Amino acid sequence: METKEPFETVVARHGPVVWRVCRAVLPGPADAEDAWSETFLAALRAWPQLPASANVQAWLVTIAHRKALDVVRARSRAALPVDPLPERPAPAAAEPEDAAALWAAVAALPDKQRRVLAYRHLGGLSYREVAGILGGTPEAARRAAADGLATLRRTLAGTWTERPAPRGTQEETRT
Amino acid sequence: MSTHPHHDAPGSGRRPSPSTLVPEDVPDAAVLARLHRRLERRAAAEDLLDVAVTTVDSPVGPLLLAATPRGLVRVAYAREDHDRVLQELADRLGARVLTAPEVLSPAAAQLREYFAGERTAFDLPLDRSLSHGFRRLVQERLPGIGYGRTTSYGELARALGRPGASRAVGTACATNPLPVVVPCHRVLRSDGGPGGYVGGLEAKAALLALEAA
Repeated sequence: METKEPFETVVARHGPVVWRVCRAVLPGPADAEDAWSETFLAALRAWPQLPASANVQAWLVTIAHRKALDVVRARSRAALPVDPLPERPAPAAAEPEDAAALWAAVAALPDKQRRVLAYRHLGGLSYREVAGILGGTPEAARRAAADGLATLRRTLAGTWTERPAPRGTQEETRT
Repeated sequence: MSTHPHHDAPGSGRRPSPSTLVPEDVPDAAVLARLHRRLERRAAAEDLLDVAVTTVDSPVGPLLLAATPRGLVRVAYAREDHDRVLQELADRLGARVLTAPEVLSPAAAQLREYFAGERTAFDLPLDRSLSHGFRRLVQERLPGIGYGRTTSYGELARALGRPGASRAVGTACATNPLPVVVPCHRVLRSDGGPGGYVGGLEAKAALLALEAA
């Protein structure tokens, strides 16, 4: 019988990454929380059936992508005229300024760039996998990521210094 | 170009991702805790959990508590290695194992009362599916030994109509998946020696002292 990790381990290990991905793709924190919740609920449901060889993080990021789209769709269907109370990022109060600035800058990017950056740089998907869920070619995804990063660097110049990639990360060169 | 080994093996489960985008110390621990609670509630409400777990502190060290929808299924001492126990629960009862303290709050409350000396018997639904055969028969008999009383392995074997089976009774006590709640600590050797205990002899002595007080 093949052993499957307890789902709690999956939440502990991948919860933060999925949170950042949701946060980057959905500018409103409440939306991001909804997407995270729907992602892990769906993953919990399907966990016993997931093949042991699957890449769990990539699987979760792919689910998060679908759930984020659902949240956006539900919002537009609800078609509320104008929110009387603009949404305040609830937890943002505790965030350092540079983090808040980063999320704001990410939120200002065009959809496609934002998603490619989220899935590739936060979620760890390859450009091939990113293209698989967003359509287009891996090459186009790579270009969108480069454009998005360039914009972020311009926007955040001076307020935020980029960290070197942590040890053990690999920048893809060719796909 | 970096020269570190590349650990992208299928099944390794995670690929490192360049997190240059993430500023230092984004304080999302509070958000993640809130999201986890929301997941617990929805999972419980929609009956998605094979096993709910939590850890409680006690005078005999941290205890892992685990329940299925049928009842409390496992109590584990720290020396049993909680991570290993979680994996064993996933293997035997299903991998949808999630920390969900609310599900276990009645069990946690009764354990607190027991350790405070305010409770002499547990009143909880138990799921005994981790035990089978003669072991289960022995374990089901254990709550009959009253609070503050003790018996011996041989005595228990005779009571079960298997006078030669005191060694098997010992094994049944040693493999009790619900220590403390199902009181295998009340069974001693017939010469009065402590025998063995899943939580260690110190824990066994502590429980007996608590009940004798």
